[in-house]
Amino acid sequence: MEVTGLARKRWSRVVVALFVALLASLTFAGGAVVHADEVGTDEYDFVFSGNVKFDGEPLEDVLIKVEGNGYSAEVVTDAEGKWKIGVPEKAEYTVTLDESTLPEGVIVTEEGGATKKAEFGLTSNKTVNFFIGEGVRTTTSFLDQFIGRAFNGLSFGLLLALAAIGLSLIFGTTGLNNFAHAEMVTFGALAALTLAVDFAWPLWIALIGAVVLSGAFGWTLDAAIWKPLRRKGVGLIPMMIVSIGLSLAVRYTYQYFYGGSTRQLPGADGADIKFGPVSLSPVDMIGMGISVVVLLAVAFFLLRTRIGKATRAVSDNPSLAAASGIDVDRVIRIVWVIGGALAGLSGILFAFYRPGVSWDMGFQILLLIFAAVTLGGLGTAFGALVGSLVVGFFIEISTLWIPSDMKFVGALVILILVLLVRPQGILGRKERIG
Amino acid sequence: MSSEAKPTRGAPVKSTNLHIGEIKPGVAKVDPIIVADNVTRTFGGLTAVDVEHVEVPRNAITALIGPNGAGKTTLFNLLTGFDKPDTGSWVFDGTALAGIPSFKVSRMGQVRTFQLTKALNLLSVLDNMKLGAKGQKGENMFRALLPWTWRAQEEQIEAKAIELLSRFKLDTKAEDYAASLSGGQRKLLEMARALMSDPQLVMLDEPMAGVNPALTQSLLDHILDLKTQGMTVLFVEHDMQMVRHIADWVIVMAEGKIVAEGPPEAVMANPAVIDAYLGSHHDQDLGATEEENVVAMKELLDADDES
Amino acid sequence: MVDFWQIIQNAAIELISPTTAAYALAALGLAIHFGYTGLINFGQAGFMAIGAYGYAISTLTLGFPVWASVLVGIGASVVFALILGIPTLRLRADYLAIVTIAAAEILRLIFTTNTLEAVTGSADGLSGYKGGFAALNPIPPGNYGFGPFEYNAYDWFLRIVAWTIVIIAALLAWQLMRSPWGRVIKGIREDEDAVRALGKNVYFYKMQSLILGGVFGTLGGMIFILPRAVVPANYATTLTFFIYTILLLGGAATILGPIIGSMIFWVLLSAVSGFVARAQAAGWFPGMSSVQAGQTRFIIVGIVLMLLVIFRPQGIFGNKKELAFVK
Ligand SMILES: Nc1ncnc2c1ncn2[C@@H]1O[C@H](COP(=O)(O)OP(=O)(O)OP(=O)(O)O)[C@@H](O)[C@H]1O
Ligand SMILES: [Mg+2]
Repeated sequence: MEVTGLARKRWSRVVVALFVALLASLTFAGGAVVHADEVGTDEYDFVFSGNVKFDGEPLEDVLIKVEGNGYSAEVVTDAEGKWKIGVPEKAEYTVTLDESTLPEGVIVTEEGGATKKAEFGLTSNKTVNFFIGEGVRTTTSFLDQFIGRAFNGLSFGLLLALAAIGLSLIFGTTGLNNFAHAEMVTFGALAALTLAVDFAWPLWIALIGAVVLSGAFGWTLDAAIWKPLRRKGVGLIPMMIVSIGLSLAVRYTYQYFYGGSTRQLPGADGADIKFGPVSLSPVDMIGMGISVVVLLAVAFFLLRTRIGKATRAVSDNPSLAAASGIDVDRVIRIVWVIGGALAGLSGILFAFYRPGVSWDMGFQILLLIFAAVTLGGLGTAFGALVGSLVVGFFIEISTLWIPSDMKFVGALVILILVLLVRPQGILGRKERIG
Repeated sequence: MSSEAKPTRGAPVKSTNLHIGEIKPGVAKVDPIIVADNVTRTFGGLTAVDVEHVEVPRNAITALIGPNGAGKTTLFNLLTGFDKPDTGSWVFDGTALAGIPSFKVSRMGQVRTFQLTKALNLLSVLDNMKLGAKGQKGENMFRALLPWTWRAQEEQIEAKAIELLSRFKLDTKAEDYAASLSGGQRKLLEMARALMSDPQLVMLDEPMAGVNPALTQSLLDHILDLKTQGMTVLFVEHDMQMVRHIADWVIVMAEGKIVAEGPPEAVMANPAVIDAYLGSHHDQDLGATEEENVVAMKELLDADDES
Repeated sequence: MVDFWQIIQNAAIELISPTTAAYALAALGLAIHFGYTGLINFGQAGFMAIGAYGYAISTLTLGFPVWASVLVGIGASVVFALILGIPTLRLRADYLAIVTIAAAEILRLIFTTNTLEAVTGSADGLSGYKGGFAALNPIPPGNYGFGPFEYNAYDWFLRIVAWTIVIIAALLAWQLMRSPWGRVIKGIREDEDAVRALGKNVYFYKMQSLILGGVFGTLGGMIFILPRAVVPANYATTLTFFIYTILLLGGAATILGPIIGSMIFWVLLSAVSGFVARAQAAGWFPGMSSVQAGQTRFIIVGIVLMLLVIFRPQGIFGNKKELAFVK
C-alpha cells in the first residue's frame, strides 16, 4: 500500500470515499467499484483464480463474483485480465462473470452462460475460466432482474418471518429480547443435517424430526433457564444479557461438535426451473409453499384457537390475563415450543436457501430477524411478518444497486429510518406515560 | 421560608370570587394561570380529551375530578408537554405552551407529579431532592469537572433540600435509597422534590392515593401551605371529602370533556356531576367500576348532607 | 506434562497488556452508557472500530501525524454517536439496543466491503500505521523489566501510554459521576420521565453520555490496534458482548469495576485457555482436538456471563443495593 508520497493527491479521493462510506450508511448510493484484483487471499486458504481474455488480449476491469456457503466476494480483473478470490471452505461455489462489465460486443460464449459452479480438486487452488467471444449480449431487462430478485426476496422474507414470529411471540408474552433465537434457528438446520446425513434417515422424516426436536429444544430452554429466571424475578434487561451469554455458549458448542465447515443437506442442489424471469429450484418452491402454509397455520392458531387467543391476551396484558383465569405459564410454555419449532423450520429452509448448514448460520441472520421484528413493532406477531417481508425484499432488491457484500447494510439502514419516522414500528402501538 | 406551618387543623381559608360571570363549564377566571382552548387527544377511536375551553385560577387550589378514564391524566400529560395533542393551544402565565417540550414547561415553573409515583429508586432521598433544584451550574458537563465552580451552590441546594425534607418528615431518611421508602413516603418525596424548583404551578396527579389517613392530613396541610406561599395548585383526586376540604375550585371531567365547574359545594350538588360519576348508561353497565362509582356517588351525597 | 508455571506467567502478562487496557476503556465507556445512564448500547464494537479505522486511515491514507489521527478518530466517534443518538434516544431502551447493534454491524460491513478496498483494506484490514506512535517513544531502545514483564522500549511505551489514558479516563468519569451532572445521569437511568418533569433536558444528557462513553470506546479501539493490525472481523458483535461480560464482572455502575474486571477477564481467560490447550496437548481430554480446545474459551465466556447476571448481577465491586438494572 503506497503511503505518504501520494497522500496529498489522494486527499480529495479519500475524502470522497469516506463521504461515500458515510452516505452509503445513510442512503443507498453505492460507491464506485475500486480497483482490486485479489480478495480474501490472505485470509483464506482456498483460492479461485482465473484469467479473462478475448482473442488473446487481456480484459481489464471485468467483475467476477463468487458466492456460496453463506460467503460472497467480488473482484475486478487487473491489467493482465487476472483475478483471485479466497474462500473460507473447500466446497462448491458459484462463480459469475458480470457480462455488463465486458467491452461492447463481447459476451461469454460458454454453454452454461456467465455463471459456473466450481469446486476444488485435490489442491486448494482452482482455476475458473470463461470462454469469451463476439456476440450480442442477451441482457436481462431491469424489470426482469427486479422480478427475479423480488422472488428471492419473498422466499427469504418468508423464512425470516418464521423465525421472527417466534421471536415476537416470545417477546410479547415474556418481554424477553431473546438473542439466543439465532441458535434455535441453527439448531433446526443442524438437527436436520444430523438426522438426514449422519443417521441417513429419509429426508422428509428427517426434516419433520428436526422440527419436532426444535420444538423440544424451545421447551427445554424455557423449562431449564427462562422459567426459573422468571420465578426468581430477574428483570428484563438482565434476562436479555443472559440470552446473550446463552447464545455465545450454545453457538460455540455447535462449533465444537460440528466444526467450522459448511455441509449440505440432501436435495439442496436441484436444478433451477425457469418461469420467465424467475428461476426457482423445486426446493425453493417447496420451501416457499411450506412457509406460506405454516404462516397461515400460525395465523389461524392466533386468531381462532382458544390457546391462541389466550396468547394474544397475555401479550396484551399479562397480569390482566392471569387475573381472568388464563394459565400464563402454560401459554408461555406453548409459545416457546412453537417459537422453537418455527425457528428450527426457518433454519432448515435457510439451509436450503443459502445453501449449506454451518454452526453460526442463525447468528448471521439474527440481526435481520431483530430488524424484522422491530420494523413491524416489537411484540406484534403480524408486524413481524410484515417486517420480515420488507427486510427480505429489500435485501434482495437493493443488490440491483449496491454491491452484494453490502446487501445487509440496506436492511439495517431501513430499520433505523423507519424508527425515525415511526418509533413504535409499522404495526406497533405507543406506550402511555404517567 | 420559615414556615413553621402550624397544621391548619380547622377549616382552611378558601379563596373566593375566582370567576367572572355565570358559572358554567369553561367559565372565565379573574386571574387565570392556565388558559386552554380546543385541546383534543384521541387514542385510535377513543377521544380521551376534548376540552373546549378551560381556565385555572391563579394562587388557588383547583381540583380536577372525574370518573376513571375521564381523561384527567391525559390532560395533565398534554398541559405539561409529556404528550402531544391532536389539536389545541394553551397559555401558561402568558406564554403559549403548545409544542414546548416537557422539560422547558417545568423550567417555566409548571411542575407536575405522576399518578404512578416516580421515585428515583437507586438515588438517595437527598439526591432525589437535589435533582429538583433549577439552574444548577454543576449540571453542565464541563463545569462538573471543576467542583469549585458549583460547590457553594450545591451547599445551598442541600440546605434547602434538608429543610423541605424536614417539613415533609423525611429528614431521617435523607441518606437512604428512595427504593426503601413506603408508598406514601414516595408520594411525599415526589411532591417535595417538585417543590425544590420553587414552581408557580404545582400539578399533582392523585397525591393522596395510597397514603394512609394519618399522612393524608399532613399532605393536605402541605398543599394548603403551598397556596399561602403564593403557588397555584391543580390536583386530581378521587376522594371527595378531601376535595371539598381544601379545593377552592373544582373542575369536573367526564369522557374527556369538562362537564361542570365551580366552588366545591356547588359542584357536588350539580346533577350533571352525579350523572358523570354514574355514567349516562348506568342501568346497562354493571360491574366493578359501577361499584366504585356508587361509592363516589355516596360520597357526593354525604357531602351534600354535611353542607 | 502441563507446565503450570508457564500458564501462570502467560496469564500474568495479560494483567497490564495493552489489550486489557483497551477493553478496560471500552468497558468504562459502557459503564457510563449502561451502568450510569441506563442506555443499552450494543454497538460498543462500532465505537472501537471507529477508533481503529479513524486512526489507521488518517495515518496511512491521509498521512496525518499521531495527534491529528487521534482527533480524527474522536471526531468520527462523536459523529457516529450523533447519528445513533438523534433517532433513538427518544425511543424505548430496547430500540436503542437493536439500533446500536445494527449500526455497529453496518460499520463492520462497510469496513469489510471490497468497494472501499483502497481505503479500508477490505477483509484483510490495515497495517503499517505504528511508525508515528513509535517515533514519539522517549524510552531508549533495549529490554526492561523482570519475569514475565520483560518488554522492549516500544512495548513499555505502549503500556505506559495505554494505562495512563485508562487512569485519566477513570478519574474523569469518577469526578463526573459525583457531580450534579452525574446525579442527572443516574436519575435518567432510574426514570427519565421523572427527570424530565424536573426540568432537565433528558435527551441532551443522554446524548452527552452516549458521546462520552463512545469516545472512551474509541480511545480503547486505538489502543487495541497498537499491538496488532486492524482487521474488520475483530469488530463483530461478539466484541461488544465480551465488553459486557467485563463490565458485569466488575460492576456496571462503578468506575473501578470495568478496569479490574478487564484484568480479571483477561488473566482468567488466558489461564483457562492456556490450561485447556496444554492439557489437551498432554492428552488429558481424550476426544478433544486442538481446534476444539481453542473454542472452549467462548463457551466459557458465555456461561460466565449467564452465571454472573443470574447470581451476582452487581459484579465484584458493585454495591448489592445499587444495581444498575433492578427493575
Ligand atoms: N397511551 C394510551 N394509549 C391508549 N389509550 C390511552 C392512553 N392513555 C390513556 N388512554 C385512554 O384514555 C382514557 C383517559 O385516560 P386517563 O388516564 O387520562 O384517565 P384518568 O382520568 O386519569 O383516569 P384515572 O382516574 O383512572 O386515573 C382512558 O380510556 C385510557 O384508556
Ligand atoms: Mg389518571
